[in-house]
Amino acid sequence: MRFACFRVAFRPLFGYVHPRLLMAQPLDEEPGERTSEMSSIALPLPDPDIVTQRDQIVRDLVAICGADAVISDEDGRRAFETDALTAYRRMPLAVVLPTSTEDVAAVLKYAKANRIRIMPRGAGTSLCGGALPLEDAIVVGISKMNRVLEIDFHDRFARVEAGITNLAISATVAPEGFFYAPDPSSQLACTLAGNLAMNSGGAHCLKYGVTTNNVLGVKMVTMDGEILEIGGAHLDSEGYDLLALIVGSEGQFGIITEATVRILRAAEGARPMMIGFESSAKAGICVARIIASGIIPVAIEFMDKPAIEVCEAFAKAGYPTNVDALLIIEVEGSEQEIADRLAYIASIAHELNPLALVVSASEEQSAKIWKGRKSAFGALGRIADYYCMDGTIPLAHLPHVLEQITEICSRYGLGVANIFHAGDGNLHPLVMYDANKPGDNDKAEAAGAEILTLCVSVGGCLSGEHGIGIEKRDLMRAQFTDEDLAVQLRIKSVFDPDWLLNCGQVFPLDAVEAAMAEAAAAPPEAAEPGPAEAA
Amino acid sequence: MNDIMRPATEWELKSMIMALAERAIPVEILGAGSKRGIGRPVMAPVALTTGAMRGISLYEPAELVMSARAGTPLSQIEVELASHGQMLPFEPVDLGPALGTDAGLQTIGAVFAANLSGSRRIAAGAARDYLLGVRGVNGRAEIFKSGGRVMKNVTGYDVARGLAGSWGTLAVLSEVTFKVLPLPDDVATLVYPDLTDDLAIELMSTAMTQPYEVSGTAHLSPTLVRRLRHKGLSKETRSLTAIRLENFTRSITYRKQKLRELLAAYGAPLELELESSLEFWSEVRRLSFFPANGTHLWRISTTPSTAAALVSAVRRHMRVEAFYDWSGGLVWLETPASADAGSADIRRAVATHGGHAMLIRADEAVRRTVEVFQPLGPAVDRITRGIKTAFDPMRLLNPGRMYATL
Repeated sequence: MRFACFRVAFRPLFGYVHPRLLMAQPLDEEPGERTSEMSSIALPLPDPDIVTQRDQIVRDLVAICGADAVISDEDGRRAFETDALTAYRRMPLAVVLPTSTEDVAAVLKYAKANRIRIMPRGAGTSLCGGALPLEDAIVVGISKMNRVLEIDFHDRFARVEAGITNLAISATVAPEGFFYAPDPSSQLACTLAGNLAMNSGGAHCLKYGVTTNNVLGVKMVTMDGEILEIGGAHLDSEGYDLLALIVGSEGQFGIITEATVRILRAAEGARPMMIGFESSAKAGICVARIIASGIIPVAIEFMDKPAIEVCEAFAKAGYPTNVDALLIIEVEGSEQEIADRLAYIASIAHELNPLALVVSASEEQSAKIWKGRKSAFGALGRIADYYCMDGTIPLAHLPHVLEQITEICSRYGLGVANIFHAGDGNLHPLVMYDANKPGDNDKAEAAGAEILTLCVSVGGCLSGEHGIGIEKRDLMRAQFTDEDLAVQLRIKSVFDPDWLLNCGQVFPLDAVEAAMAEAAAAPPEAAEPGPAEAA
Repeated sequence: MNDIMRPATEWELKSMIMALAERAIPVEILGAGSKRGIGRPVMAPVALTTGAMRGISLYEPAELVMSARAGTPLSQIEVELASHGQMLPFEPVDLGPALGTDAGLQTIGAVFAANLSGSRRIAAGAARDYLLGVRGVNGRAEIFKSGGRVMKNVTGYDVARGLAGSWGTLAVLSEVTFKVLPLPDDVATLVYPDLTDDLAIELMSTAMTQPYEVSGTAHLSPTLVRRLRHKGLSKETRSLTAIRLENFTRSITYRKQKLRELLAAYGAPLELELESSLEFWSEVRRLSFFPANGTHLWRISTTPSTAAALVSAVRRHMRVEAFYDWSGGLVWLETPASADAGSADIRRAVATHGGHAMLIRADEAVRRTVEVFQPLGPAVDRITRGIKTAFDPMRLLNPGRMYATL
């Protein structure tokens, strides 16, 4: 057996990284740390040798990228100590905001040589702690790299720097009637780099797919400081589909600085309709019947009563409030096509005796309907703290799962609002709690873990589009065996054998240890086979 | 090649790989063997086929998802899907006729292991885009899974999709789970005769940049057109450029008219209705116009706007017949029999114009001496070998099939 990539890299590290992981402690047990209640997830301890060299490291980073690109003062760094999972915070060692791929490469090469951890960062909108730094890590943010490099409408691609926001890509090509399809709710702020790392989805991926289906190539800097070009403006991979592995790797393989994405010609028009039912079960049946009928709408969104009420109060979208479940269904096409399709969907819904059925009559009404849905998280945030889950389930289990979610949350004495992408079974239960009430945060986390375990038990998964990050890291064994995890961990080690990139994320820490031990125990590699031998 | 192992279950598969691993015996991995002639020759004393692991294990039409054991014949899957009004959206090509075997032999596992998509790929995405989950056994004799049965899943790395196109060199798939879509109600095709390659690509790309959801674009040289068996087109001797619409009949009627107006400058198109369209695209899917006639066949992925120039560059050195799919982004190139299959000239043209080329059809002697897959740059090559080692450190599975050192 040969483990080419592990052998050299791990031997010197053994006894260095390994004990840090073993000693991993909950944040609030560390003296002098700012504590947080919602803190049950252990993080790797900082390496004191690295932390004490901070001043020198900052000087080195300034020498590499220039003073403008380095943030070292405490106030400046504080902006990077967390992401959208704000209960977890760690002050990073330093922050670098490079302006070129070459600078990113130089920083990573330096970090590798000095065994300093790196935390890649886009806009910091991760809901799963995917951008949470460590105290001995340099945050490499690429938000300054946000230029559009090339647009080709004929070949239907855009080449951009990865720090560009999701919405800016669509905005750039919109004058020609084009758009970039994945549309996460945070699209105004989130970067393409983050979308690529998490394989982000959105409301409209029922028809157009998620990030991995809409990206053609990337330029990525590895931890060695090597600049890789994977894919391009053409389709499909020449060898292994490395792009498939990179997209969704949560920034653990490298830092993506540029990407070539598919741009699509927008439909002539689009219009949503709203259908309300007295039960979630009926709404679920309606979704299944629509899809089975042969129509794939662009989006099918679901909201339960608590979600409807909160969103209606906030956005005045005109949602029916006498229903227990509301579907927002959007179709595309010409005026006639839209009318045909909505009528067809209405005929399916009518068989289920909906309590409400409203077709948007104007652009303004359509905008309001979507505004209500897209501002759901913000609207709920005004009345409660909430913990946003992201499991996916097979649609047939929807009524059962919704019942169970309510049961789980009430057992913890918590409320829940359900908002999700029904067409593809991606649930976003928003578990409501009071951050000021002692113990409530832990309850929310515990309820969330039960909900995700439930999703897995009915054949679904832990995360549909937000990613694992630190948040769901310790639940990975609910879905994967040790062998499943080992297969993934070995791929990480191919790209980053020292585990410097995005350490402490995605996998249970002890699974990482096991992977390192396996690599360290690997016998020396056999001689490289030549072509003659293989032939 | 006397011994062919035929595991009937995933456990048997694991046991067999384990036995091979203990003795360090490399193995050729097969489905039905219909694509056995693709790739560098695998030098292995034994072969293993997934053909005895067959059957559809899950099908939920209302959730657009199916799972099947890897050795299930594609034909069985397509019949089952069609009986529920559904299909594989990526329209997998059938290389059987081009490789001199029968059509309709391939297994679903091999379809994903080779990631070969057909004409609808340009609108709907590739085989890998529809792959939701896999189960399999790697070269360490470990049973593993990745992905799942739900449409949206970012739990862990996307290993399932990463295995698409790995040609059995990383793991033996035991089960695949994939997304399906409804069959369109109706199909129509506009066929523009007598366009040059440049004009044809311009027309196809123009069609693709309209809001009419064109689901296939294909351009065939006059020689290839003469090889068509299509009833309505068999007398044609000019090049043909086809634009496909799939939708509800009312939509097709409307969109067809819009496209006709928009593309009026390219001449008056022939129009194929439902049956005639199905017949035409079925021929395209089977590449029936590339019969095994002693020539070589290349598959070149590039950008549509450079495709014609790329083909011209090759044509300066040899006589070629080109079929452009994916609005020009995929070129199937028939080249004359030669010791290197035209490799040097084709690789040079691809290096100049961008993309990648794969030799699909050539004698074993040729495939032994020229690179069949696109040669990799040093950085990607190093990662590729690292991935191989991660899955199959002893190089047991299909050694040398993709690259000599893999």
